[in-house]
Amino acid sequence: MSSTLPAAGRLDSRLEERRRKSGRWKIVFLTCTIVSIFFLAALLAGIVNQAFGYVLVQTEIDPVSLVSHGGSLEGQDIQDLNLILQENLSRRLYRKLDAESPLANRSKTELLTIIDTEILKPHVVATWSLFESVFFKNAVIESAGRDYMGGSLQFRSWVSGSLLANSQSSDPLRSGIRGAILGSLLTIFFTILIALPLGVAAAVWLEEYAKDNRFNRMIRTNIYNLAGVPSIIYGMLGLALFVRAMAPLTSGATFGVQAEGSSLDGRTVISASLSLAILVLPIIIINAQEAMRAVPQGLRHSSLALGATRWQTVWHHVLPASADRILTGAVLAISRALGETAPLVVVGASTFLSMDPSGPFSKFTTLPIQIYQWSARPQQEFRNLAAGAIIVLLILLLSLNASVILMRNKYSDKKAASQ
Amino acid sequence: MGFRKASKRSDQPAWGLLKRPRPGETIIQSLLFFAASISIFTTFGIVASLGIEAFTFFKKVSLVEFLTDTVWQPAIERFGILPLLSATLVTSFWAMLLALPLGLVVAIYLSEYAPRKIRNFLKPVLELLAGIPTVVYGYFALNTVTPLIRNLFGQQRVDVYNTLSAGLVMGILILPLIASMCEDALSSVPRSLKEGAYAMGANKLEVSLTVVVPAAFSGIAAAFILGLSRAVGETMIVAMAAGAGPNLTLNPFKSAETMTGHIVRISGGDLSYDSMDYQSLFAIALVLFIVTLGLNMLSSRIVRRFREVYE
Repeated sequence: MSSTLPAAGRLDSRLEERRRKSGRWKIVFLTCTIVSIFFLAALLAGIVNQAFGYVLVQTEIDPVSLVSHGGSLEGQDIQDLNLILQENLSRRLYRKLDAESPLANRSKTELLTIIDTEILKPHVVATWSLFESVFFKNAVIESAGRDYMGGSLQFRSWVSGSLLANSQSSDPLRSGIRGAILGSLLTIFFTILIALPLGVAAAVWLEEYAKDNRFNRMIRTNIYNLAGVPSIIYGMLGLALFVRAMAPLTSGATFGVQAEGSSLDGRTVISASLSLAILVLPIIIINAQEAMRAVPQGLRHSSLALGATRWQTVWHHVLPASADRILTGAVLAISRALGETAPLVVVGASTFLSMDPSGPFSKFTTLPIQIYQWSARPQQEFRNLAAGAIIVLLILLLSLNASVILMRNKYSDKKAASQ
Repeated sequence: MGFRKASKRSDQPAWGLLKRPRPGETIIQSLLFFAASISIFTTFGIVASLGIEAFTFFKKVSLVEFLTDTVWQPAIERFGILPLLSATLVTSFWAMLLALPLGLVVAIYLSEYAPRKIRNFLKPVLELLAGIPTVVYGYFALNTVTPLIRNLFGQQRVDVYNTLSAGLVMGILILPLIASMCEDALSSVPRSLKEGAYAMGANKLEVSLTVVVPAAFSGIAAAFILGLSRAVGETMIVAMAAGAGPNLTLNPFKSAETMTGHIVRISGGDLSYDSMDYQSLFAIALVLFIVTLGLNMLSSRIVRRFREVYE
């Protein structure tokens, strides 16, 4: 630092410049932050954009031509619908359907469904995004009329009841994620069943029992390192260990409960759950450790002073006092496991599964896997379906995260009330 | 810790009462110990399962060939990891190019500039961004960012699958991580340093850039390295948007398959055990594991050293 200050005038002008520079950079900082937030908005908008919009559906036969004396198909009564079936279905198919359950006794919606799947056979010819459908509606209508021969243009929400209720199918109009959701739930259920007790037990050991020696320090460092291992590596571990080496166990053959039609193959729900359990274990352990560290020492001391053993102290005092936070960690683990895709692809999720998973030893697919597979298809309508499935997945995750926040608030309220 | 001290004292009881054997306690204690050592087993399991398969692979393909050959084509028995590695580096490069400056700036804004209210709103939003599954980012890359890039630079020049789109979206994925780690580093710079600078007449920008950021430099470096490790190990985005075929190129408009993308594509198909394909995946995974583990350890070492300086 020079001992003489610059002349007052120069000092002032520099001050002015410094202020301006500071102001400019503040704007840059703010802009960058807004840009980052904008990415989140763009991400969500990009998905919503694909999940809704016009679709052009063509049918094999024009529905109007089916109805002899005018009016819409829905306006017909059961007898007329039966007549339509009789006229348009092949004799064999008609007899087959009739043998399953007499067609004359079926309900109107059932008959309409049969007409839809067997006679009309609708298929998607073209789809438009929500953006195009809203802002360029006329262009869409014009293009639908010009570029494609016939068909009906309808606004479709790809997130719908049928998306949730139907199983996977090769027809995008009727394909759904029921199997994938059930698969996800089943996989997560076993994952938590395995990981939560193990994780909490490990945390109890590390926080309440472990002496500060080399081995325990090694366990601690190791857990932190495991938390940073890419998830696909856990998939490789699962493939080598659970799918291959433990195939007799994980395929259910040892227990004699192997799912029907499956060969001796460990690519099952339980293998996926075991792999995910190992993946989320560090998350559960670290959160449970923090939860127990927050329990005041006085609680332990009073329990021990009254003659309780270490385990009694942990079981009756430390664990109940930290239960909310441990559960928070578990929910975080669930939401991580719910979104994991790569390890499950490696462990061997099924590419096409039209049946619901039946238990720990059945083949599986999950919601993210389903999204991945639909996105990989070249047809636009499957990408729309994937967008619909993403919205369902995000809603599931959002409600999980909201429950964490609620739990946290409740916890801090309770704490505030007790103080 | 007080508890530990108390228990240590009880290890040497003054009277016989505490000596009563408690088999239940011992059993529980060993069960807990077993649960804790599972993490060690996991590490061994990873190293062993990757190592064994990779070992049989390296018996057939020499390590030198694996690391220097420029072609990865299992069909003609050419196993050179360079094309996969280069794609991983290209996608990671673009990810870091987006995530590091933006993440740092967001962190500076949050820790030095933002009013409490805005910070309390933005931090959860960033956490939310971090909680979105990567398959969703992959979808976003493929269906939103790629068409955008193709419209900007020309349909002919940019492939449908390209490393630029995958890399940029990966940057968006990593941004919250880097921002929150940098924010932690910046806000743990002692107040006295900042107040000293303010007392000297520095304004907010000068304090932020010349005092706080240099003081938190190691924390920022740690965030950068951890982000890089995340980018290298990230799978779904590159599997969906970067391309499905090894390709040795640094051109971000071309499609190229990364290490993780290759593992996912091959293992997602019909894969027979004991084939070269199967074993080669473990060799790639071993490289991936070593690289990410090295980066993670480096990062945590830097963080630890950084903590020691101010605590």
